[in-house]
Amino acid sequence: MLSNFGISSLLLTLTLSLMIIYYSFLDLRISNQTIRKKIYKLSLFQITLTILSLITLVVAYINSDFSLTNVYENSHTAKPLFYKISGAWGNHEGSLLLWITILVLFSFLFLIYNSNHEKQYRLYTLIFQNFLIVGFLFFLLLTSNPFNSLFPIPTEGLGLNPILQDPALAIHPPLLYVGFVGCSIYFSAAMASLVSGYEGKLFAKSIKTWVRISWCFQTLGIIVGSIWAYYELGWGGFWFWDPVENASLLPWFAISALMHSVIVLEKRDTLYSWVILLCLLTFTLSVMGTFLVRSGILNSVHTFASDPTRGTYILSFLSLMIFSSLIIFYKNYKKNFVQINLQSKEFYILVNNWFMVFFLFTVFIGIIYPIFLDVITQAKISVGPPFYNIIIIPLVVPFLFLMAIGPQSKWIKHRHTNLYKFLLLFLASIVINFLIYFIFGSYSLLSNLIFISSIFLIIHSAIDTYQLVKKKVKFEYPRIISHLGFGLLVFFIGINHHYSIEKDFNLKLGENKKFDKYEIYFETLNMEQHNNYKAIVGSFKLINIKNNSIDFLNPEIRIYSNPETLTYEASIETKLTKDIYLTMSNITRSEYYNIKFQDKPFMIWIWISALIIVLGGSSRILGNKKNEN
Amino acid sequence: MKINIIRISVFIFLIFFIIIMFVGLTKNNNYNTKNLVGNEISEFQLISLNNNETFFENNDLINSQFTLINFFASWCSPCRLEHKYLIKLKEENKKIKIVGINFKDKKDNALSFLKELGNPYEFIAKDSDGSVSVLFGVYGIPESILINNEQKIIKKFIGPINQSHYKELVQIIN
Repeated sequence: MLSNFGISSLLLTLTLSLMIIYYSFLDLRISNQTIRKKIYKLSLFQITLTILSLITLVVAYINSDFSLTNVYENSHTAKPLFYKISGAWGNHEGSLLLWITILVLFSFLFLIYNSNHEKQYRLYTLIFQNFLIVGFLFFLLLTSNPFNSLFPIPTEGLGLNPILQDPALAIHPPLLYVGFVGCSIYFSAAMASLVSGYEGKLFAKSIKTWVRISWCFQTLGIIVGSIWAYYELGWGGFWFWDPVENASLLPWFAISALMHSVIVLEKRDTLYSWVILLCLLTFTLSVMGTFLVRSGILNSVHTFASDPTRGTYILSFLSLMIFSSLIIFYKNYKKNFVQINLQSKEFYILVNNWFMVFFLFTVFIGIIYPIFLDVITQAKISVGPPFYNIIIIPLVVPFLFLMAIGPQSKWIKHRHTNLYKFLLLFLASIVINFLIYFIFGSYSLLSNLIFISSIFLIIHSAIDTYQLVKKKVKFEYPRIISHLGFGLLVFFIGINHHYSIEKDFNLKLGENKKFDKYEIYFETLNMEQHNNYKAIVGSFKLINIKNNSIDFLNPEIRIYSNPETLTYEASIETKLTKDIYLTMSNITRSEYYNIKFQDKPFMIWIWISALIIVLGGSSRILGNKKNEN
Repeated sequence: MKINIIRISVFIFLIFFIIIMFVGLTKNNNYNTKNLVGNEISEFQLISLNNNETFFENNDLINSQFTLINFFASWCSPCRLEHKYLIKLKEENKKIKIVGINFKDKKDNALSFLKELGNPYEFIAKDSDGSVSVLFGVYGIPESILINNEQKIIKKFIGPINQSHYKELVQIIN
């Protein structure tokens, strides 16, 4: 029943998309300034049906309706309700349905919220967006239909991967998807702008908010993903330069560049072609990321069940997107001379874009090179953290300095009157850096530079904030907040990286061990029965000899039954100054347990500073709404 | 229309990129090693953990009737478990030689691991970044590959070697 309902609503959505395209083309010929009511109605109908089909799938998950292959493969009656729901998008088919829902949602929102822009431009955006919707609907229906039914109906499902049973992961895909798929709307808008000739400032105004919304969601999605990795994967890290994580960074770099350059286009009416290219690039990279992850061409922790036909479809669609957008771009390309003063805000923003493109390119090579090498020479290599650290970290130093100075410069022509302030802050950062050096211990030259530059950015932003509060210029807050957040992020990652303590040893019940400033006691071991898993819980007492504080830690080994899986749950004691991280793993047929201990300073501040970055971005969106009203 | 070199090269690059991706998709997945049994082992050269001058190559396989290539690391707890079987295998069977590949490990840790549990290996090769192991289709450890002196792969053990694996091994050898 649900299967038929789901499939028919998807087919109807497809028909509606085609109708919207048809009527939009008809409406293009009529030269008035209002889009006909019919298109609005069709769009409303389309979004209703798409959301309905998503709800159908969620209902199937809640009811454990195993007549759907998708539910049978990914769910189980014993799962808690919350994870049944999140299970709906925790797999390839369901997540693709979510992807389509967001495509349609943005198409609808763009149509109703941009009524003050030119009709032709809006209609073309709608047309291009619906081409994308049709493309992805075909993909869903042909290769990965979540509503495929199964007969005879099994009585029990195959279960949801226990690693995916985590609140952070339940919201990670929706956030990331709103971010990635949200880019589609300015992909379509950029194409529409090229075709309809609606360009310059007005174009920038129409996409600005959408860029910021998707940027916020992408950033948030990436943060939540890394929080999940930290708490759930049990390795104590939060970013592994895993190819799939990197694939999510590619569109993020492009969108961050776009978010900055779109301001230049709005204020100075220059860099139009560059902004268009970035719009096209951002969504293309999102789709490429999906291709890399879903086709199984990359091997990583994120690998979904891979199927070459899916890969072939996305790749064909991706090539179609790339070539058609490039051909339209070149056809309508107008050479415009960009005159930018070396000492002006627009120049700083341009430099930001160079950096972003550089980072993007580095990560791109890191992902693509192993694939190329494998195809051409059969050699297998893996590109890991050393590559990214060597290439990206040194570049972060000047980047941070420019991030501090850039926002305060003026449009068109800027004079550096406050060189004195600059030098003073620079000296202050060096002093603070050496204080850290002497209090905590030594580290390399590059780290010194990273610390100096991040401290410089932090102080600079703090002073800027103070001055803005005094002058009561509210408009500037969001940017300063985001830049401050970035400075803090780099600073705390640096501290965390250099002063983490890591110990690996074997203990059995009743034993204790002394190391550094800690003494750890393995006190008890209990067996607990839970709803959908059994747990072996160890109790450890950790004494900090230096300040005589005591912590109790309870790492777990969880045994899930459907499918049978072992997971190691870290016990994490989060404090303002550090996280204590303990995992325990059993050594089969031995009474010893392998204990992994980590003392990670200022861990929580990494999340806080990352959230400050998003806070900046989102306050800009909300602030803008107020300004416009 | 004027010929624009930049545009043409952009298109050429993109076409090349997409072709590579298509080829990558249709390629056999080398990570699947189930079909390896019965095949001849491909050419390899292992570098010793102790120095960079001693090697172990295909030709060295001829010296003994059977060779077991074992992938291990000091951080891997199942490796500790299987270690006693490797020691036993070495002590009780003369027809087999065991070669260890030290997977993503630090040299000092590996040496103290062997000091603690004994060294069953004829030759220990280093593989600090895991790239050598990938050539053998190994990306998780412990794993072992049994090869005869004709360079044929007889059997592959995924996971730690246990009592029944050991019996099976002894049966194959004798």
